[in-house]
Amino acid sequence: MSVLSVRGLSKAYGGVQAVHNVSFRVEGGEVVAMIGPNGAGKSTCFNMLNGQLAPDAGEIKLGEASLVGLAPHRIWRLGVGRTFQITATFGSMSVRENVQMALLSHHRRLASILSSAPRCCVDEADALLERVGMRSQAGRPCAVLAYGDLKRVELALALAHRPRLLLMDEPTAGMAPGERGELMQLAAVLARDDRLAVLFTEHDMDVVFGYASRVIVLHMGEIIASGTPDEVRADPRVREVYLGDA
Amino acid sequence: MRTVFLVAALMVSNSVLAQPIRIGELNSYKVFPAFLEPYKKGMELALEEINAAGGVNGRKLELVSRDDGGTPGDAVRVAEELLSREKADVLMGTFASNVGLAVANLANQRKVLFLASEPLTDKIVWENGNRYTFRLRPSTYMQTAMLVPQAAKLGKKRWAIVYPNYEYGQSAAASFKKLLSQAQPGIEFVAEQAPALGKIDAGAVVQALADAKPDAIFSALFAADLQKFVREGNTRGLFKNVAVVNLLGGEPEYLDPLKDETPEGWWVTGYPWSEIDTPEHKRFRDAYQKRWNDYPRVGSVVGYTSVYAIANAAKKAGSADTEKLVEALKGLQMQSPFGPITWRPIDHQSTMGAYVGQLAKKGGRGVMVNWHYADGAKFQPSDREIRALRKE
Amino acid sequence: MSGSAVLLQFLNGLSGASALFLVAAGLSLIFGVTRIVNFAHGSLYMLGMYLAVWLSARIGFWASVPLAAALVAAGGAAVEMLLLRRIYKAPELFQLLATFAVVLLVKDLALWAWGPEDTLGPRAPGFAGAVEIAGRAFPQYDLLLIGLGPLVFLLLYLLLTKTRWGILVRAATQDREMVGALGVNQKLLFTAVFMLGAGLAGLGGALVIPREPASLEIDLAVVSDAFVVVVVGGLGSIPGAFLAALLIGEIKAFCIGLGYSKITLAVEFIVMAVVLVLRPWGLLGRPQAAMRGPAALEAPLDPPSGRAVAALLALFAGLAAIPAFTTGYTLVLLTDVLVFALFAASLHFMMGPGGMASFGHAAYFGLGAYGAGVLLLRLAAPMELALALAPLFALAGALVFGWFCVRLSGVYLAMLTLAFAQIAWSIAFQWDAVTGGSNGLIGVWPAAWLASKTAFYYAALLVCAAALALLWRLVFSPFGYALRASRDSALRAEAIGIPVRAVQWAAFCVAGLFAGLAGALFAFSKGSISPETLSVPRSVEGLVMVLLGGVQTLTGPVWGAALFTWLEDSVSRGFEYWRAAIGGVILLLVLAFPRGVAGFVRERIAR
Repeated sequence: MSVLSVRGLSKAYGGVQAVHNVSFRVEGGEVVAMIGPNGAGKSTCFNMLNGQLAPDAGEIKLGEASLVGLAPHRIWRLGVGRTFQITATFGSMSVRENVQMALLSHHRRLASILSSAPRCCVDEADALLERVGMRSQAGRPCAVLAYGDLKRVELALALAHRPRLLLMDEPTAGMAPGERGELMQLAAVLARDDRLAVLFTEHDMDVVFGYASRVIVLHMGEIIASGTPDEVRADPRVREVYLGDA
Repeated sequence: MRTVFLVAALMVSNSVLAQPIRIGELNSYKVFPAFLEPYKKGMELALEEINAAGGVNGRKLELVSRDDGGTPGDAVRVAEELLSREKADVLMGTFASNVGLAVANLANQRKVLFLASEPLTDKIVWENGNRYTFRLRPSTYMQTAMLVPQAAKLGKKRWAIVYPNYEYGQSAAASFKKLLSQAQPGIEFVAEQAPALGKIDAGAVVQALADAKPDAIFSALFAADLQKFVREGNTRGLFKNVAVVNLLGGEPEYLDPLKDETPEGWWVTGYPWSEIDTPEHKRFRDAYQKRWNDYPRVGSVVGYTSVYAIANAAKKAGSADTEKLVEALKGLQMQSPFGPITWRPIDHQSTMGAYVGQLAKKGGRGVMVNWHYADGAKFQPSDREIRALRKE
Repeated sequence: MSGSAVLLQFLNGLSGASALFLVAAGLSLIFGVTRIVNFAHGSLYMLGMYLAVWLSARIGFWASVPLAAALVAAGGAAVEMLLLRRIYKAPELFQLLATFAVVLLVKDLALWAWGPEDTLGPRAPGFAGAVEIAGRAFPQYDLLLIGLGPLVFLLLYLLLTKTRWGILVRAATQDREMVGALGVNQKLLFTAVFMLGAGLAGLGGALVIPREPASLEIDLAVVSDAFVVVVVGGLGSIPGAFLAALLIGEIKAFCIGLGYSKITLAVEFIVMAVVLVLRPWGLLGRPQAAMRGPAALEAPLDPPSGRAVAALLALFAGLAAIPAFTTGYTLVLLTDVLVFALFAASLHFMMGPGGMASFGHAAYFGLGAYGAGVLLLRLAAPMELALALAPLFALAGALVFGWFCVRLSGVYLAMLTLAFAQIAWSIAFQWDAVTGGSNGLIGVWPAAWLASKTAFYYAALLVCAAALALLWRLVFSPFGYALRASRDSALRAEAIGIPVRAVQWAAFCVAGLFAGLAGALFAFSKGSISPETLSVPRSVEGLVMVLLGGVQTLTGPVWGAALFTWLEDSVSRGFEYWRAAIGGVILLLVLAFPRGVAGFVRERIAR
């Protein structure tokens, strides 16, 4: 059973077909990259996977459960964590509070009205921050963090619910080259140790070919190639799209 | 030793005697200035006259005046302030019905006399009447009743009604319908328009009234609403062959702004200040004009008479003690610029009346003609009805 | 209605729509570009009326109209340059407080300059009479207005689509930061837009003087009508404003024509509620570009330190000791302060941590007050029970209204809360059998053991302190965090499993419940309630208290409420132009402490 199986996914804006008949699977323990030039439909695809956008057609399954038509918060509950292309964290909270927030949601304590949120799950939050390398900055407000650090906080948020599927939209954009490796290394370890399915989009080809076990190439809303990094690298259509090769 | 006590006792009673009687007055000066500025002048004139004549029982009369913000909530707080901080002996004033009722209710709770000078609502002396509240102005019911005989004499069959949509207008319309149907059976009410107070869409309202083809119109509009109604009605020819009866339309506060557009022949309640030549009115008018270099409005009479009512009650009671004042005011007979009035023991309403007459234009401004004084004592429901309303 | 009656009412509706459009177009332009909710727009309109009335007695009606419009435009420019320009960077809605101060100042300015009496302008020379249409007399001047509305619309449309300046204005409406980044002189653009908007308001005011008397009450009436038109049409959309003005003008005229004049009390708000529920961005509006940059960043909110808690406890002890020293008016005033502090804090709960500004929070205050009155007087419940159950009335209202409101955001949400508040107000105003109509409910006094000022003060102190403690506790509970998370980033909140709308709906209900409790206390402290407890001015007061104290602080609303209540009480007693005085004080505070009073104090301590 694949962790994620997508079949015939389509979405149009007005007359423009942003995603057309896309089908793929991601297995537990796999790190899959989705690449393609700007406007290829990667973000649209991601936004349908976590429920921000409703697809026009197609099915999305997490294990047995269909995700189509569910709100993002329900999809998270089923086991999908995600990071955003433009980071989204809670600016009025510290790094630790951000993670605590996600943990409170994980423990289903959002409706709790009399306990003190700053005292909830402190150790658990710090452990998660340790994992993404943000433990030392736990007390800082998110509003003042460097971009790369925000990405790592987002990763901690996405992991709080121990997801089966991790969606990362351009996880290393804006990071220093050294940091990129660390973050992707972490994702790879998670996939291997926790049998997590990881799907990410990325522009940096070094990251893609360094860490992905499989690569899916989108072009103008359709999948034009899919396979191991080496297979994709050799694919003539991919070379045409990316390098303008004849 | 005994003489010392006696002297001390005398000094104490003397100092009590010398203490002024304080009237705590509150009103919506910012919300209804057209009425209340003359009202304030009337009050001050009365105060000066009374104190110049030596005050009441040797005590001076003092007035502490406050803006009540025009809302019941603020008014109650202001009244509390007048009572606790300013040590007012009596409360007086208010304009809008809801404010008047709220303060009357507080007066009952705090057991202090409240002389409601202006609010017209019937309820303040009937349904919501209480031991401590007295009202000077003729009520909506009374003023409507004063107009009904004239309305009946017109002999019109199809009546349309227009009034501002709040308690004053609603109860005026209800009383008018009831009383006119009694006086002239078989009449028909063909249209009813109740625009929001101060927000009449005059064009549409005039049009809708004209569409109902009435022979006569009863209106309870006043102030800005009346001005707009008159102008649109004149332009659109609504009043051409239609008789109009307008509550309050002859009060200088609302009549003067109509200027050369004053519609002629309307029956109104009001105050033809320049033409009333009774000795008591002449004396008042001369004194007022001398003091303020301005002519009196209805507000002036109301403010003036209210202060005199409290002075007379205190004189009769021989004290400013609330319970004694209440008993003194019940049945008190006194003079007013409109003639003698009585404070009815049954419902604490004064019998001050209003002038009923017709509008006319004279030298580019509106005046009242064919007028007569309608004594408030004559326009009351039966005592039995009143007792039922007061649940006594 | 006969055919000719329909035609005539249609024309009446058109002439009403023209006047409405002029004032709404200016408001829409100003909001579109500067994002300022200009409460003072009605005051500019009022100023146009007074100036035109005054000038037309001197230079004739036709000369007075353009001159009045020009003077108001100049006044608008002055307000923008002297005041608003200094506070564009302040938190959102703070400018609203400044424009509210302008409302107060202009009102007293008009009172001082032209006196309190309503004055109707002259009939327009050349258009004084009537023409016959379908056998009925129709004012010539109304025909002129019917033509003028579309003419101004056309000119504005050409200005905005065919000139470089107009294109800049439209670009700024779409994305303010972008225009700034393109090197356009933003200051000049903002001033010019404000001037044009003010000029349109002045023109609208000047043009209606043959139909409407200039009065001191017109400012808030007009601004709320104009807001409705702008929101129904879609913020920033001039064609939308035109369409909405037509729609509302016609609906009003036909309500009157068909004999449903009583419904005009709230009809535009019913229209607005329906439109917003069906089309969240108005008829022709578009979703707004999200604000970027520092203004969008929310300040951190830390739990009160031990010292702060100790200070609050000391304050509580101090307040509890006051009756030992005085039993007089101070207690009455302090009871009011406590009640409004709770009211403001409840509003702050949804505005601050919730990020949902409400222009109609008095609805819940009023529902609580009426709940208490109805339970006590109509259902003969004991006072203690009435006080305990009354907030549930407010909760019920919040459950219904909130369900719709949380589907929107920003100014649209705020305007929908206003619409619901106005609808609730008109029901309270007309439902005589239950609410006592315009007079309200009389005789809502506390039980005998709470009847004395001191006893009731203690009751209010205990209830309000407990409620405030609970509210603040809520802010730092997981629920409060989820609320703040939903405000900071709805996207992220959803992505970690927070059902954003449900959380916001719950917060809306909590705010309503606590406002209802404040309202019930208010009713018992005054002994009576009337529709004004849920009217627009009460909502605005709540807003002013919160903004004055500082949205981004926890205890700010309490200080704001205390300051405002005290100011109103002390200034109104001694000074004729007390509105202007309060306006002046607010302006000073706005300019000196753009983060609110409590925010300022906190920054000082932090340094």
